[in-house]
Amino acid sequence: MRYLPNSPAERAAMLRATGYQSIEELFAQIPDELKLRDRLNIPGPLSEPEILEYFRQAASQSTREYTSLLGAGAYSHYRPVVVDALISRGEFFTAYTPYQAEIAQGTLQAMFEFQTLITQLTGMDVANASLYDGSTAATEAVLMALRVTRRRQVVLPRTLHPEYRQVLETYVRHQDVDLKEVGYSPAGQIDFGKLRPSVTAETAAIVIQSPNFFGVLEKSAEVAEIAHRNGALLIFIVTEPLSLGIVKPPVEADIVAGEAQSFGVPVAFGGPYLGFLSARETFLRQMPGRLVGQTQDTEGRRGFVLTLATREQHIRREKATSNICTNQSLCALAATIYLSLLGKRGLQALAEQNLAKAHYAAQELGRISGVAVPLSGPFFNEFVVKTPVPAEDLLAELRKEKIIGGLNLEKYYPELKNHLLICVTETVSRAAIDRMVAVYRRMAPLPKVSGRAAELDSASIGRNR
Amino acid sequence: MPYPQELLYTKEHEWIRVDEGIGTVGITDYAQKELGDIVYVELPKTSDHVTANEPFGTVESVKAVSEIYSPVTGDVTAVNSKLQNNPELLNADPHGEAWLVRVRLSDPRETEKLMTAEDYEAFIREVKQR
Amino acid sequence: MNRIMGNPIRHARAHVTRNEDLIFERGSPGKSGVDLPPLDVPAIASSSALGTEFVRSEIEGFPELSELEVIRHFTRLSTWNFGLDTGLYPLGSCTMKYNPRINEVVARLEGLATDHPYAPESLVQGCLKILAETARCLAEITGMDAVSLQPAAGAQGELTGTLMIRACLAERGDPRKYILIPDSAHGTNPASVTISGYTVKNIKSNERGCVDLSELERTMNNEVAGLMLTNPNTLGIFETQIREISDLIHSKGGLLYMDGANMNALVGIARPKEFGVDVMHLNLHKTFTTPHGGGGPGSGPVAVRAFLEPYLPSPAVEQRPDGTYHLNYDRPKSVGRVRAFYGNFGMAVRALAYILANGPEGLRQTTEDAVLNSNYVKSRLKDVYDLPYDAPSMHEVVFSDRRQAARGVRTGDIAKRLIDYGFHPYTTSFPLIVSGALMIEPTESASKQELDAFIEALRSIAREVEEQPETVLKAPYTTRVSRLDEAAAARKPVLRWKP
Repeated sequence: MRYLPNSPAERAAMLRATGYQSIEELFAQIPDELKLRDRLNIPGPLSEPEILEYFRQAASQSTREYTSLLGAGAYSHYRPVVVDALISRGEFFTAYTPYQAEIAQGTLQAMFEFQTLITQLTGMDVANASLYDGSTAATEAVLMALRVTRRRQVVLPRTLHPEYRQVLETYVRHQDVDLKEVGYSPAGQIDFGKLRPSVTAETAAIVIQSPNFFGVLEKSAEVAEIAHRNGALLIFIVTEPLSLGIVKPPVEADIVAGEAQSFGVPVAFGGPYLGFLSARETFLRQMPGRLVGQTQDTEGRRGFVLTLATREQHIRREKATSNICTNQSLCALAATIYLSLLGKRGLQALAEQNLAKAHYAAQELGRISGVAVPLSGPFFNEFVVKTPVPAEDLLAELRKEKIIGGLNLEKYYPELKNHLLICVTETVSRAAIDRMVAVYRRMAPLPKVSGRAAELDSASIGRNR
Repeated sequence: MPYPQELLYTKEHEWIRVDEGIGTVGITDYAQKELGDIVYVELPKTSDHVTANEPFGTVESVKAVSEIYSPVTGDVTAVNSKLQNNPELLNADPHGEAWLVRVRLSDPRETEKLMTAEDYEAFIREVKQR
Repeated sequence: MNRIMGNPIRHARAHVTRNEDLIFERGSPGKSGVDLPPLDVPAIASSSALGTEFVRSEIEGFPELSELEVIRHFTRLSTWNFGLDTGLYPLGSCTMKYNPRINEVVARLEGLATDHPYAPESLVQGCLKILAETARCLAEITGMDAVSLQPAAGAQGELTGTLMIRACLAERGDPRKYILIPDSAHGTNPASVTISGYTVKNIKSNERGCVDLSELERTMNNEVAGLMLTNPNTLGIFETQIREISDLIHSKGGLLYMDGANMNALVGIARPKEFGVDVMHLNLHKTFTTPHGGGGPGSGPVAVRAFLEPYLPSPAVEQRPDGTYHLNYDRPKSVGRVRAFYGNFGMAVRALAYILANGPEGLRQTTEDAVLNSNYVKSRLKDVYDLPYDAPSMHEVVFSDRRQAARGVRTGDIAKRLIDYGFHPYTTSFPLIVSGALMIEPTESASKQELDAFIEALRSIAREVEEQPETVLKAPYTTRVSRLDEAAAARKPVLRWKP
């Protein structure tokens, strides 16, 4: 087997040195009745070409021929080839957690750079070296607020990613925590009328997502004011951090956490992704996850080390700030490289492209009679559309055009029947947008008008066909 | 270093000096040596209540966290604010400048259970042998 | 020497001995490493689209670099890392085994790398098949009946497992209060248990480093939900009484959780189901070669017996009678979600590629090599390093620094000196039950030549400790930085660059 570096002769020599007579003796402590007698029913061994063929077959049953308009917490952005070229260096991807700092300065410095980039984007003082993903980062942010305030109630918006909410529920189920949901306004933003009375001296935190699950931006200042007035923290969740290329960072927040998959991490059917968590300096010792700090060696050279480890599970065990052990180091490295490549201007330009594409699509769709863009709040690269016919029928038609038309929101929001969440990133061409719009137009029922206006209108409709 | 005679000691390596009903509490030289370079100290606030043999704070080195147990029951009257920015004081002068808290004793007789300097030195010798 | 004609010589490859600037300290205004394609829709001013109150000013301090500068910066950084591609990486409990390159190629295939988790099921049959097949293989390898790939890492697997234990016992009438954990356990064990609402009760190990059966008998009662065990344990020793242990736990109505971190000693040889395990997690980034990546991502699938299947996270990937795959969300007893979407799919691809490359014989041979390598190292070092437990080792061996400590040298110092000999250190100071542990797991990814060099290095260091301990105490000498001040980093943390 090509991965195993010893020959039969070498194995025999090593066995002799151990004093055991046979390989079986090495496993003598396992009682015989517990040993496997049959052959494992798994495929293989396969050679490299056969492995490639296996996975190519699987890849042929995928959406690679389609244009996808799906977002909802996982965003399709172009990944510059330099990202993979660099993270594929064996010194980066085959290294372990940098506990031995002297021989891990590459990882440590890159993580320090990652932490810095996150604070620059979010406006917070400190950031950790990543968490599993956005859903667990949001959960950890809430757990942090519970610890800091020692209160038991958390106010969540209905526009928080539904699966993030599910994860939070799983984590707090046995912790005596009260989760309170607040609905959204016609603009698609948090309903302040409902928010204000929900926040009391019992509230540990208000959670806000921006852009929220509907793609709408939320203002941080007003919510922060309500939170702080009651002694609660403001937690800001960001699932599409590319928005921070042009959107003002939530500097009034206490914790800003979320998903950084947009920054050079593949969509890869749901994972691995890249959670981030940043906060004000005062909460530093309550932060979960790994932290990289700058220091000096005995000669005065700058170096980096994992620090404040006493918060973590390998020391505090049951009293740790979290049970988390791994971070998402390689994904964080990819993000650091991606952001270094884009840089200040590139990130802004890319964000502007996303904005332009999504707004163009929304505008064109909005022109069609029977189609509505019902939420009036400002949006970045995602928005909600009310479909002119049942959403599933529309999605089926779009699939014929090789377009995956968006997420049917009814699954998570029963009050939003026939509403689609559409995401348009820089990867969607104008031609694809126009094709999508044409399908909507084709499927929208003709508007009912009368008299001269009707003649004019049917003439123009005829032309557009 | 010989342990100061005027202090009393616990099995968890804390010391206490009692003056007119107020106990000044700290950790011993043995404790700070075991911990190594101390990086952070978590202490209660003034007027918090502490209970004998219960933890009231923690001391952290780079690789370890230790709880600090109160030798006595009472209310905290003062907290050593110097340790906030200079935790390394605990390594330098654990029996003097790096006191942790002052407590008004609710039951002065609790100190009768504590060890004298000689007893504590014998106790440490025994611990080292284990 | 450093001057020519009065001018200081500036090194082009200064990173070898001196600092590599941070990305924020390099570059200059106006540069970018990416050229975007032209915009094919009308541009829109951010302030008109969003309103001025939402628009940010430029991101202060953000880097501005060309593509070339990014390549050089990170390439140079990488040269400061020791990866397992570089050499032997004998970290105990981490299983630093070869990360096959074909895994990286297949994970990047278009479709597999780009499918969106919310795409219609009929269009992503390839991805669903991979998830289903990986789960099936892991079930077969462990002997268990059902697997969920949702947990993002081992610690999340543990959390999921304990939540399932709670759900199962609650349905039976009483979730109970405690979970027992051996004092040799990995720190994530007690941390995860606490989140599930249980209180941890520590069980002391006996003089063989194993669970003390009579102690267990005394502690196990109907207030204890179960025992969380690593087998082989963190000392690399197999719990020979595992069936007695599981019978005891079960007889009092409890469940047995196995931390599968040490599966590299068992794959193809024995299956945890036979041990009586009810629920366990696996670490794909340990046993199944998904890369450690400098600290992550990992993947921690859970495997369960049939009676626990209903409690697994939702959704489950299932195959219909017509052969197609779908996601089943109709799971009323599920403990819920532990993360968004379906799990670290990219890691499942890599793990499956590894399993396919090996087949049943390859997996078995791999395990045999792992255990042989560890025993070879043990046999050739036990005369110079102290073995705290007199028991046969499996895939890892734990020494203690007792002999060297008498000369003032501890395991951490020996580890630093090992770097000078060209190896990555072993795991120091874990498990906590051994004073000054040297935990060595060579894995199967070590040739006899490498092992001999490693053994010689440790023997040489032992000699240095006897003759010149100072040499070891001040090591390493061959790295770019040496003995970084961790106390200063913790006292006055500097966690980001500031202009």
